Amino acid sequence: MNENILIQLSILNIILPLFGFVLLIFFGKRLPKSHLFEISTIFVGLVSSSIVSFFKLNYFEDKLIVFDFRWIDFGNVPFFGNLGINIGIQLDNVSVIMQLTVFIVSFVVHLFSIKYMEGDPRYSRYFAYLGLFTFSMLGIVLTHNFLMMYIFWELVGLSSYLLIGFWFEKKSASDAAKKAFIVNRIGDVGFFLGILILYANYHTFTFSEIFGQIAQGNLPFNSGAWLTAAGILIFCGAIGKSAQFPLHVWLPDAMEGPTPVSALIHAATMVAAGVYLVARIFVMLTADAMLVIASIGAITAFISATIAITQTDIKRVLAYSTVSQLGYMIMSLGVGSYFFAFLHLITHAFFKAGLFLGSGSVIHAMHHEQDIRFMGGLRKKLPITYYTFLIYTLAIAGIPFTSGFLSKDGILGGTLAFAKLTGYWFFPVVGFFVAMLTAFYMFRLVILTFHGEARDIHKFEHAHESPATMLIPLISLAVLSVFIFFSPNPFNIEAGWFYKWIETPKTIVPQELAFSFMINESNTSHNIIHSELYTETLHHSHSTAMILSLIMAGLGILFAFVIYQWRLISADKLSIKLQPLYNFSYNKWYFDELYSKTAVAFTLGLSNFLAWFDQKVIDGIVNGTATITRWTSFSSGKFDNRVVDGLVNWTAYVTGFFGMVFRKFQTGKVQTYLVMVLTGIIILFFIFKSL
Amino acid sequence: MTVGLNHFLALSAVLFSLGIYAVLTRKNAIQVLMGIELILNSANINFIAFAHYGNFGLTGQVISLFVIILAAAEAAIALAIVLNIYKQYSTVNVDEIDGLKE
Repeated sequence: MNENILIQLSILNIILPLFGFVLLIFFGKRLPKSHLFEISTIFVGLVSSSIVSFFKLNYFEDKLIVFDFRWIDFGNVPFFGNLGINIGIQLDNVSVIMQLTVFIVSFVVHLFSIKYMEGDPRYSRYFAYLGLFTFSMLGIVLTHNFLMMYIFWELVGLSSYLLIGFWFEKKSASDAAKKAFIVNRIGDVGFFLGILILYANYHTFTFSEIFGQIAQGNLPFNSGAWLTAAGILIFCGAIGKSAQFPLHVWLPDAMEGPTPVSALIHAATMVAAGVYLVARIFVMLTADAMLVIASIGAITAFISATIAITQTDIKRVLAYSTVSQLGYMIMSLGVGSYFFAFLHLITHAFFKAGLFLGSGSVIHAMHHEQDIRFMGGLRKKLPITYYTFLIYTLAIAGIPFTSGFLSKDGILGGTLAFAKLTGYWFFPVVGFFVAMLTAFYMFRLVILTFHGEARDIHKFEHAHESPATMLIPLISLAVLSVFIFFSPNPFNIEAGWFYKWIETPKTIVPQELAFSFMINESNTSHNIIHSELYTETLHHSHSTAMILSLIMAGLGILFAFVIYQWRLISADKLSIKLQPLYNFSYNKWYFDELYSKTAVAFTLGLSNFLAWFDQKVIDGIVNGTATITRWTSFSSGKFDNRVVDGLVNWTAYVTGFFGMVFRKFQTGKVQTYLVMVLTGIIILFFIFKSL
Repeated sequence: MTVGLNHFLALSAVLFSLGIYAVLTRKNAIQVLMGIELILNSANINFIAFAHYGNFGLTGQVISLFVIILAAAEAAIALAIVLNIYKQYSTVNVDEIDGLKE
């Protein structure tokens, strides 16, 4: 097993789902059970990506495997020198783990969809889209340059659009698809500008080359401010794709798509692309950019957590919880704890996919009822769904012995250490508060859905446990949400292999632009690039964070039980007492209203103005030109008819007149002619005589 | 009174005028041709008269001989044309032959 084989297998992994997509989109309806082919391509990819991960992580642990070739060569361009575009893929520990995660989640979602989507009129097309999505996501994960990443980034956006609007007969679904696509586009503009800044300066899209140039002190336009700007602009892409404030509004609406799609795209993988992007550019982020990123993440986490506590649609609660967790990851990257952000990305992918598939199982059982106010007591009817759902909930709440505990605790520790070193106490405060809210709303969801008495007896009676192809994904994801896959010690991630594989990369920005704790003065250990002060602070914060986060999660769970399980405090009374706050949260902070009043209204106004401008001014100019042309033609026609033709006719008339006169001379009689000749001679004689 | 150059010139002018008159006024094509002969002969008289009174040697006499030859040839061709015209139009009246008008 050498590097070339790993590269070949990875390229095969990317192409396999595309192959499935092409086959299904063209022949899906003609071939019976064609979706099984697509699923088998994903399965082959899963196996082969496991092989790639195994060999990469065990035998080429510290090596960056790159496959690179010149795709387009522009040759020597004036003022720029030699330009070209390289494409290729890059296998490092982060990308192979991400690749494996994508395949695992994709595969279980495919498995789950077989039964869930059964009977849909566009069954094969659904799997085709899933294949397209998997293909594009793998492209993002494995690419080694910004351009390819941008291309696949847009492909992911496209497949997301297709899948959100899969049931496009429903107006809400097609609206949601459009909303997701347009909102994402806003962020992508920033991403593209960021890429352009880098390309204009370094004439390459390849990550390692750009980072190498920055590391040599070669800043964009020779200014640190431009480096910050490039970082923030590229982060704009992540804001869109990872549904960060202020562009988070599309993700909850995206729940109009089929539930397994929500699990795959809007929980586990696509929205993680933004986090992955920030992780990719982590090394080139300046202190200012990181502060912006951390703030956006914290604000997002807080806003969406407060919204999630009052939502009543099971998928919407999960959607806001996703936004909140993504905010966590972004915040974690912003405060410099790269490792925990990535760990949370992976752990979250598993348990959030599980939560969504679990909710899919519930919705399937309840005949497409999504409102948790009409559920309740489902524990008895759906035992396996319930227990797996409980495991995911414990994981997302950060209870020990789950994967979520390890990652969330690390993130909180990271914010705490950051605050201690820089004085930004905002981040840990928000982090811990959101941890409590997360525990609260997740347990609220579990209690309202599975505990207590059934509130809709009719639907409850007909509820039944889902078939095996839906339960196997749930169980396998539940197993993956256990700590053992990440670390043998449930309280300390540093004991695990994950910690060994994922190193926080060394920052390359000049010292004066980076946080002081990011710079390692001693260069003693290759594994830890931060200053020793940071390492020490992080270590100290770790136990504090662990205890605090447990208390917070415990408090959240306690509140949920007090209010919804034991009903010591009535939820209705509480909501009436806190009416303004409740309404504010229930209406999602009025973001949609705000946007429709401002941005959408502005855009519509602008469009109306432009339409008016087009119809009145542009058309006016065109019509005016037409009128002038017609008038000119009319007068030039008159001129032609009267003057030019008049001249011509007049000439003809004069000629005719003289002709008539001279015709008289031509009599045909020789003697007349002779008389004329003689007369002429005599006249000439006198003329010449007088000369 | 001796006969001098002026008498010859006057004779030839009278002959020339008679010839022109014949050519312009006669209706018969043959008579027109006869007018032409008169004009040619008036020219001959001039040539001979100038040759006799001027110091030109034999040139005048020779040219008038040429003119006589030319007149003979011309008469032959012209009579042939008149014959053809007669064949075509069944007349030799020049007033009726106005085909040149076309």
